[in-house]
Amino acid sequence: MAKSEQEILEGLAEIVNEETGIPTGDVQPEKSFTDDLDIDSLSMMTIVVNAEEKFGVRIPDDDVKGLSTVGDAVSYIAKASA
Amino acid sequence: MTDTRQTDTRRIVVTGLGATTPLGGDVASTWTALLAGKSGVRVLTEDWVETLPVHIAAKVAVEPEEVLSRQETKRNDRSQQFALVAAREAWAHAGAPEVDGERLGVVVASGIGGVLTLLSAYDTLKERGARRVMPLTVPMLMPNGPAAAVGLELGAKAGVHTPVSACASGAEAIAYAADMIRSGRADIVVAGGTEAAIHPLPLAGFAAMQALSTRNDEPERASRPYDKGRDGFVLGEGAGIVVLESAEHAERRGATIHGEVAGAGISSDGYHIAAPDPSGAGAVRAIRFALDNAGLSPQDVVHINAHATSTPAGDVAEAEAIRNAFGDATDGLCVSATKSMTGHLLGAAGAVESIATILALHHRLAPPTTNLEDPDDDVRLDVVGLEPRSLPDGPIAALNNSFGFGGHNVALAFRSVS
Repeated sequence: MAKSEQEILEGLAEIVNEETGIPTGDVQPEKSFTDDLDIDSLSMMTIVVNAEEKFGVRIPDDDVKGLSTVGDAVSYIAKASA
Repeated sequence: MTDTRQTDTRRIVVTGLGATTPLGGDVASTWTALLAGKSGVRVLTEDWVETLPVHIAAKVAVEPEEVLSRQETKRNDRSQQFALVAAREAWAHAGAPEVDGERLGVVVASGIGGVLTLLSAYDTLKERGARRVMPLTVPMLMPNGPAAAVGLELGAKAGVHTPVSACASGAEAIAYAADMIRSGRADIVVAGGTEAAIHPLPLAGFAAMQALSTRNDEPERASRPYDKGRDGFVLGEGAGIVVLESAEHAERRGATIHGEVAGAGISSDGYHIAAPDPSGAGAVRAIRFALDNAGLSPQDVVHINAHATSTPAGDVAEAEAIRNAFGDATDGLCVSATKSMTGHLLGAAGAVESIATILALHHRLAPPTTNLEDPDDDVRLDVVGLEPRSLPDGPIAALNNSFGFGGHNVALAFRSVS
C-alpha cells in the first residue's frame, strides 16, 4: 500500500536525522536540503540511497538534482511509489 | 656563544597526549593498566572466528560509539573514529591552543587504512549491487582518512599527511611531525597513528604468514615478548595521538610541557619484504641516527620501549640491534615491551608506545613486560619484568623503536623535562 505524504515526510526525516544529526522536526517540506539544512552532496546521495531502500523506489541521479526541497523529495517519492 | 634563540626554535615539546587502546579509553586508564601489567587480549566472540586458526585479539576497551555521536560513527571508518577520540583528548590535554590554521599540521598514520569499510562495502556490492555502495565509502577507506578527519576537525592548513610504513607508521608520523616543526612549516602538529583491522581477512593473512600467536586458550598470556614460550603477535586496535609544538610556541602560550621529542632516526633494510634483516643493520642505523639527531650519547638513554612484538625471530633481532647500537651502554638501560599488554596495534603501535615512553620519563617509571616468565637466553638485554621499574632522577632520555613489514625502521628519542 502506498504511503501518505505525511508518512513519507516522517520516514525521510528519520533518514536525514540518521545521516546528519538534524532533528527530525526541522525536516519540513519548505526546507532546502542545501541552503536550509546544509546537507552536502555526499550526504544527499547517502540519503537518496537510503530513501530508495526504505520506500522501494528508484531515484535516478539526474532526478536528484531537481529535488531542492524536502517537499520536492516527498512528492517525488509519493509519485514514484504510487 | 650558543645561539639560544635558534636552539629554542628547534626544540620540540609534547604538550598533549591522547589514546584509545585495548587497555583503556584514554591515556590515564591506559597508563594505569600498563603499570598494573594488565592484558587487553581477549577471545573473539564473532561467528567467523571458528574458520580461523587464531581466535584472539586486543579490541579497544571503550567502543567509539560510547563517546562519538551516531553520525560520527556512521560517517567515519573505525580507524577514523579511534583517531578522532584520541585527537580530541590530546587537543584538550594541550589546552585547546589558539593557533592560526596555517601554522597547524596533522600527521596521522595507519598501517592498513579503512580496511573494515573496504571489506564491508565489497560485501554490499556483491550482495546488493553497486547502487547500495554508500557515497562516503572512498573517503572512509582511504588510508589518509583518519588524518583528514582530524585535520578537518581542527582546521589544520599547514599540511595533513599520512606516512604508511606498516607497523612503523605511527612512529614515522611523529618523526614527520617533528620535521614539519623543525623546518618551520608549522608551530603545532597533531601526530600519531590509528588502526582498526580486527576482521577475518587481515587475521587470516597474518596467520598465513605464521606471524600470530595461536595461544587461543590463554588470551591474556598470548603476547609474551622475550619469553621462551612466545609464538607470534596478537593483533590489536586503537589509536595514539600527541600534540607536538615548538618549544618557543609552547612557552609563549604558557603550555604545560610533558616531554620533548629529542630526535628521530629512520632507515630501511633493503633486505626482505617481511623478514627482519638478521644482521639488524637497518635497525642499528635507525637507532644511531636517532641518537645523533637528538644529540644524545648512548649513556644518556636509560630506557627503551622496544618494538618487541612477541615473534620468535623479531624479538631477538631487535635485541641484538639494540646491543650493537649501544655497545657497553646497553647494560645501563632497561627495556620494556608493552605489546605484552596492548597486543600489536600495527600503524598505531609507534604512537601508543611513544606515549608510554613519554610517560615513563615523566613518571620515572618503566612499564612492566607482562608474561615474561621464562626469559629467552638469546635476548641479551635488561628487560623490565613483571613489575614496573624506577628510572633515575635528573635529565634522562628514552627511545621508542618501531619496525614494519617492508623493512622500515624508526627510532624516536625522547627527553625528560624538569
